[in-house]
Amino acid sequence: MWKWLHPYAKPEKSYQLAGKLLPWFVVVTVITFVVGLVWGLLFAPADYQQGDSFRIIYIHVPAAMMAMAAYSTMAIAAFIALVWQIRLAEMNIAAIAPVGAVFTFIALVTGAAWGKPMWGAWWVWDARLTSELILLFVYLGIIALYNAFSDKVLAGRAASILTLVGVINLPVIHYSVVWWNTLHQGATIMKFDKPSMAPEMLWPLMIMIVGFAAFLGSVSLLRFRNEILARESHRPWVSALVTDKLSGEK
Amino acid sequence: MFKVFLQVVSKELKGAFRRQSDILNPVWFFIIVVTLFPLGIGTDPILLARIAPGVIWVAALLAALLSFERLFKDDFIDGSLEQLMLMPHPLAWLVSAKVFAHWLLTGLPILFISPLLAIFLSMETNTYFALFLTLLIGTPILSLLGAIGVALTVGLRKGGILLSLIMLPLSIPILIFSTLAIDAAAYGQSYLGLLALLGAMLVTSITLAPFAIAASLRVSVS
Amino acid sequence: MLRCEKLTCVREDRVLFKDLSFVIKPGEIVQVEGPNGVGKTSLFRLVIGLSLPYQGDIFWQDTPITDDREHFYQKLLYLGHKTGIKPELTALENLQFFQKLQPSHKNLDLWEILAKVGLAGYEDIITAQLSAGQQRRVALARLWLNDCPLWILDEPFTAIDKSGVKVLENLFLQHAAQGGIVLLTTHQDLSLDKKHLSKIILEKPQDNFYV
Repeated sequence: MWKWLHPYAKPEKSYQLAGKLLPWFVVVTVITFVVGLVWGLLFAPADYQQGDSFRIIYIHVPAAMMAMAAYSTMAIAAFIALVWQIRLAEMNIAAIAPVGAVFTFIALVTGAAWGKPMWGAWWVWDARLTSELILLFVYLGIIALYNAFSDKVLAGRAASILTLVGVINLPVIHYSVVWWNTLHQGATIMKFDKPSMAPEMLWPLMIMIVGFAAFLGSVSLLRFRNEILARESHRPWVSALVTDKLSGEK
Repeated sequence: MFKVFLQVVSKELKGAFRRQSDILNPVWFFIIVVTLFPLGIGTDPILLARIAPGVIWVAALLAALLSFERLFKDDFIDGSLEQLMLMPHPLAWLVSAKVFAHWLLTGLPILFISPLLAIFLSMETNTYFALFLTLLIGTPILSLLGAIGVALTVGLRKGGILLSLIMLPLSIPILIFSTLAIDAAAYGQSYLGLLALLGAMLVTSITLAPFAIAASLRVSVS
Repeated sequence: MLRCEKLTCVREDRVLFKDLSFVIKPGEIVQVEGPNGVGKTSLFRLVIGLSLPYQGDIFWQDTPITDDREHFYQKLLYLGHKTGIKPELTALENLQFFQKLQPSHKNLDLWEILAKVGLAGYEDIITAQLSAGQQRRVALARLWLNDCPLWILDEPFTAIDKSGVKVLENLFLQHAAQGGIVLLTTHQDLSLDKKHLSKIILEKPQDNFYV
């Protein structure tokens, strides 16, 4: 089963594979964004309680989900990197981490913006927002650690270890925050009845989630390709690639 | 096996007692930070008692951060860290001994000093008792978590601030559970469950952290 | 027997050396030579397993060293640029620590050994107060203590006077005669003859390409 995967442990093959996949991800991103946003922002009915302000859900929820998904991907990559010592997996972490951090940031900002009409304040210590804030801290820690090492091979390994430590810690953080929140504020927070969401509201959300996933994929693939080139810049295949490109331009 | 552990611990302690400022400075820092709060907020005993658990725990976190610097840094500079990594014993075991020694030198003094701070912040006896228990269980977790951060950053020139960026978010659950337990005690509720959770975290970090520390050192010291 | 196969070392995107292979048999003294920055210390750190090679393998008695570190480290004595001596402990305490933690370090009388390296009378002084050469001697005292077959010494003669160098050279010969291996770097001229001393000469790689 693993045989067909094995060639992709080579950076050159992975670079090419990423290049082949990239257009597909971009196409899916563009289509779903156009369809999802137009449907969600213009055609979906307004919420009977929240009015039009609920529409931020089409950005907030997918961003928050993908912020988590990006971290899970990093955790899997970190595991692979540490157990099988595959450098590509480390490059993968380096490629995804900033994307995940930006998604987390988007989720935070949209969450705060949503909070203003809902709770009357830009920031409320709501469990989900607080967990997201901490997730952002964890992301920034990993990025800072990666950047602090001048030797990128070591940087990748250090970042993998920290990612794994984080993944054990994140559920604990999440539940502790939820608990802390219920004990500290309890009833002051509005509840959203998620399951009762109307289908005409839900469909655009689903499309946007797919769109954000594809967006995450596209940006990560792009960054992954760059990371490979930067890290492998001394390899003959990279210089061959560059000379090919240059002669093509002439 | 245990002989090795004790040897490492006794070497650490011997070294530390010859440089006492390293032990005392974080403790001073801890006391000063806590003292700042009544000065900044006011001396209302009810208010102070209300914020005491959070203040003491945040101060303990910061003091721990200060003290971590010397956990591996000195050893890294004089080369005894690489010698430790070349010992014919499991590295995870050796670093556990180092972390334990570090806790004895930094966590334990905070425990000893905590009654004084409880008086400063007008805490009641049963609340203080809860504080003591959470410190007892929580500070070793801090030492273990912090050691991972130190191990990751020890080879870097400016690791200090990075260490806090890495470590503080990871220690949030300890802060939350500890202060919740103390709050529960203040309201006269049972806080055994929260202590048990802290205990579970302690056990988990004792079993997993040494391996993370060892792996991190193998990255940093190369 | 220490065997290195096709080692490639990359540091911060710079190739230090590539495809370096060599075998060192029992009884050999090998000096690694080359200009500063060519990767001598990096090579040593690969060989002792402190850092991992970009490519290639290192074997001790035909087992990869990272497979069984604890076994390998029983056979290895490494002295690096940094002495590994704690400045706040005395010379005696420092050596006692190594003696207790390393099964390869024999239960010899430490006072005698400290006297042998010229530190008689300094046993109970905190090493921070000793001179650089004396601190180095405390670390070098471990050479008399251990029965490891493999000695890897990075610049062991730093801050050591001429007579000290002579003593060490004799010790190396004795170690090799007993079937031990000495792998070292130094910028000093060794007075060992060609029969006893072989050399690995590291040069800057011609191109900067990885394999």
